[in-house]
Amino acid sequence: MSAIPLIPGGAEQEWHLPSRGRVGMYCLIIGETAIFTIFVVAYVFYIGKSLYGPTPQILEVPILNTICLLSSSVTIWLSERAIERGNMRGFGLWWAITIALGAIFLFGTGMEWYRLIYHDGLTISTNLFGTTFYSLVGLHATHVIVGLIMLTTVLIFTATGHVRAEHSERIQVLALYWHFVDAVWVVVFTVVYIVGR
Amino acid sequence: MADSTLPIHGSLDLTPPQEREQNLIEILHSWVITVDHKKLGLLYMIMAIFFLLVAGLEAILIRIQLVVPDNHFVSPATFNRLFTMHGTTMVFLVGMPLVFAWGNYIIPLQIGARDMAFPRLNSFSFWLTFLGGVLLYYSFIGGPGLYGTGSAPDITWWAYAPLTLKAFSPGNAPDYWALALLTTGFGTLGGAINIIATVVSMRCKGMTLMRMPLFCWLLFVDAALILVTITPLTAAQVMLLIDRYLGGHFFDTQAGGSAVIWMHFFWIFGHPEVYVLVFPAFAIASEVIPVFSRKAIFGYPAMVAASVGIAFVSLGVWAHHMFTVGMTSAGNAFFVLSTMLVGIPTGIKIFNWLATMWGGRIRFATPMLFCTAFLFQFLIAGLTGIILSTGAWDWQLHNSYFVPAHFHYVLIGAIVFNVFAGIYYWYPKATGRMMSETLGKWHFWLFLIGFHVTFDTMHFVGFEGMPRWIYTYPADRGWQHLNLVISIGGLIQAVAILVFAWNLISSLFIGKKAGNDPWDAWTLEWITPSPPPVYNFATEPVVHSRRPLWDLKHPEDPDWKYD
Amino acid sequence: MLPKWLRVERIVWLAFASALALSGHAFAESTQSNTSVFSPASTPAAQEFQLGLFVFSITAAIFVVVGGLLTYVVIRYRARPGDEQSEPPQVYGSNQVELAWTVIPVLIVVVLFLTTARVIFAIQDAPKPDSALEVTVVGHQYWWEFRYPKQGIDAVNEIHVPLSSADHPAPTYLKLLSADTDHSFWVPRLSGKTDLIPNHPNDLWIEPMQPGLYLGQCAQFCGVQHANMLLRVYVDTPEQFAAWAANQAKPGVQDSSVAAGRHVFETQACMNCHTVKGTAATGRFGPDLTHIMSRDTIASGMIPNTQDNLKAWIKNPDTFKPGCLMPAMQLTDEQIDQVTSYLETLK
Repeated sequence: MSAIPLIPGGAEQEWHLPSRGRVGMYCLIIGETAIFTIFVVAYVFYIGKSLYGPTPQILEVPILNTICLLSSSVTIWLSERAIERGNMRGFGLWWAITIALGAIFLFGTGMEWYRLIYHDGLTISTNLFGTTFYSLVGLHATHVIVGLIMLTTVLIFTATGHVRAEHSERIQVLALYWHFVDAVWVVVFTVVYIVGR
Repeated sequence: MADSTLPIHGSLDLTPPQEREQNLIEILHSWVITVDHKKLGLLYMIMAIFFLLVAGLEAILIRIQLVVPDNHFVSPATFNRLFTMHGTTMVFLVGMPLVFAWGNYIIPLQIGARDMAFPRLNSFSFWLTFLGGVLLYYSFIGGPGLYGTGSAPDITWWAYAPLTLKAFSPGNAPDYWALALLTTGFGTLGGAINIIATVVSMRCKGMTLMRMPLFCWLLFVDAALILVTITPLTAAQVMLLIDRYLGGHFFDTQAGGSAVIWMHFFWIFGHPEVYVLVFPAFAIASEVIPVFSRKAIFGYPAMVAASVGIAFVSLGVWAHHMFTVGMTSAGNAFFVLSTMLVGIPTGIKIFNWLATMWGGRIRFATPMLFCTAFLFQFLIAGLTGIILSTGAWDWQLHNSYFVPAHFHYVLIGAIVFNVFAGIYYWYPKATGRMMSETLGKWHFWLFLIGFHVTFDTMHFVGFEGMPRWIYTYPADRGWQHLNLVISIGGLIQAVAILVFAWNLISSLFIGKKAGNDPWDAWTLEWITPSPPPVYNFATEPVVHSRRPLWDLKHPEDPDWKYD
Repeated sequence: MLPKWLRVERIVWLAFASALALSGHAFAESTQSNTSVFSPASTPAAQEFQLGLFVFSITAAIFVVVGGLLTYVVIRYRARPGDEQSEPPQVYGSNQVELAWTVIPVLIVVVLFLTTARVIFAIQDAPKPDSALEVTVVGHQYWWEFRYPKQGIDAVNEIHVPLSSADHPAPTYLKLLSADTDHSFWVPRLSGKTDLIPNHPNDLWIEPMQPGLYLGQCAQFCGVQHANMLLRVYVDTPEQFAAWAANQAKPGVQDSSVAAGRHVFETQACMNCHTVKGTAATGRFGPDLTHIMSRDTIASGMIPNTQDNLKAWIKNPDTFKPGCLMPAMQLTDEQIDQVTSYLETLK
């Protein structure tokens, strides 16, 4: 019965297909990019259109935050290389630094929002600027939070010894997400703090 | 019964299926916790058919209300809920689940894989989709609503702002709409990621992308399109909820916001969405037509290129839904051009299917009957689409009944007809039994007649100036005769669906036993037993052409000589 | 005894012929309707109709060719008894054929696009002549407000415009605004539709060439009574229009015999929503009632303007238009009679 189509003499060519985890993560990134694009379009469309209330002039460029977040892409890249070579201590160290840098970014964002809300009187319901600003920056911050949760989970599993060198591929897939979050920040930063001001 | 020629005994379940005792609870439980792509594909299909019946009932109620002028069968508020739920259900709880029903069941079997790339994500996606459906329908009983019982959405399936803002929809109708669709949307994203990863990473040895069945190609392109189609809707719905609950002003015209930007966001989703819905119909046609014409598909590379082309161009046509909102004349002209251009690769596909049939020996079993009707109807649908694309004439036809006539021609005339074709074609594989040909023919002819009575007529009541979304119309407009005809056609279709439902269920028990390959077909799924074992293939197949079974059946004239 | 397949064919031919006959009848009927897109009475509608005919002829030709080929294939290449023994020759494709049926559609698209673009620019970018009448249309849930700024007129639901002719062109240019949600102005025999979107003014022009009454209605879902936001456009001769405009510009008739009714109107909250020019009633939420008796219908074209209907409407608008935004003010029957008598003096 079994009619498996084998040509006699069997063609033993190389048959390598991309890793499904990587493909899946790229797909997720494409979808997320589309979501962010819509929020960026809304932000750009509404620049200068608020009828009243605070304008983007009140924004201070978040230099430190940006340096921290973008550096975290470098540190996570270093941790990826470490686990590739089997250096679990190095991996854990750079991974933890990545988390710390991401946390500093989040904390800085929180401080910025505190000042905007209580000092400048800008909330999501104040005007078009407020709505689009908090939505876009908030959407990005949400993705940072989700990323940090995943990174911290991995850190815990590393500390308990469950993460080993053979998980290098999965670590790289997760790091892809983190790189994506950083790339989005480059766009958000440019649109909100440079172009829009 | 597992294959006795297998090299490794003992590693596979050899228990004859009928000997494994399972009570009802165990069976139901196995369906709830399953991660098997076949079961999940069937679950998606059952969900789609169920909601097809529900939304079909909503349509019948709509047609009863419209059968005579100044009718009082349902209240205006109820009518508005009925057509909103009909559209929303058909798109998100029937059309989208069908994409994943076909993709999940068929793709692993056709590419020689054991399952999808992410089986647990698969299950999660299905249950999220189902939860979204439950949430949407809970709206009928949940919450007080403003004009009657329940809060079912009554804002049309487009949910245009500012009608959906708190000021004009103080109840929860838009919230059910947004939240239910956000839920199904996440399920959809998971399903799309799964299809892409499966097609890219799980093909069996020798199956290059250009040897993959067109069915898989079409669903692969479909899934990629979904990634950038559903997500704009997700973004817009989040913005709507921010406006409604956090005091945002995305679409708040009183604060300087724009109603038009909702339209852009919605249609940036909405137009590619209809291609997302129709691609499975193309996929099914590309399998059924060759097999029943006894010829390979004509122009495989052109079909691949056309599919990719359609997906790309479809991303640039959205504002043909907005010709009347006051865009500049240059803007209007651009979208006229892009819309007409998308007709070209679409036409190429029709020509290739036609050329496949040319010179063939066509067997008109039920699947082929439906596919043949599909070809005629999709041709007409495409042509009425071209008529609508001529911006200035669209200023007359937009939002008239000509538009639902056109899109039902695609949704029913093309998609539903081919879904029936696909069900009749693959039912033997999934269940091990054939559906009744006699009932199939009754189903086909009744449905064909009912469909044409309703939707051919609908074009004309549009020409007579009848707009969409009206719960009644005055007698002096002269629309009642055509509305009566349209409603009668709806009842004929309902009867046809009942015949189909009976065929579907009764064939499970009394259908003729099907072997592995009842249609003498050529793709890998027909090599497995019917139904396939949970592991699909005992060992990984190796292929050398687009039609591995043709090569086996015709060793003197295999396809790989011509690739 | 006819072969089986011919019988089925006969049924199919019969069905096809009846469908054709029915369609012909439907088409003929549709051209008679006052809301038919096939009987334009105004310049933009006529231009749109011409374009429609052109695109229909092209798509019909495509249908005949491709549909004809499909029909031929279905008949000529159906399996005959004995065909199960062998497979037909396998043809995998042809580059020349693919090229041909790509190039021809491209050419068709070019022709169609250029024709369409020309009509779009002709209508949308038509220069406004000085003789044009300007009307501002404001869409409300679920009625139409028409302001004629130069004439000082505020009309409601029924709009009068002058007749246009080749030697005396008198188009009407409409500025489209909305007070609440999206609406759409559609009077098929006069023009294609354009939407009324809040915070997004739009323009539309008509140039009616035949006098008479033209019907239309809102064509963008705007809420529960979207279906009853009807339009009545009266195309008047220049004399008729001048008379109508002169009357509309006058303030409300002040008739002391209906003082009781006027008292009801002004104390029972009617004036919070409605305007009667020349009185203290200056409400803007609802329609202007200064010349309510000059209209043939009430409730936005839904019901004839008769005494009984007025009374029933005022008593409870929901009996006609459930969900409309005018509440039942719980007036006594005597108050309703009085206020109706008052309204009946507002000619």
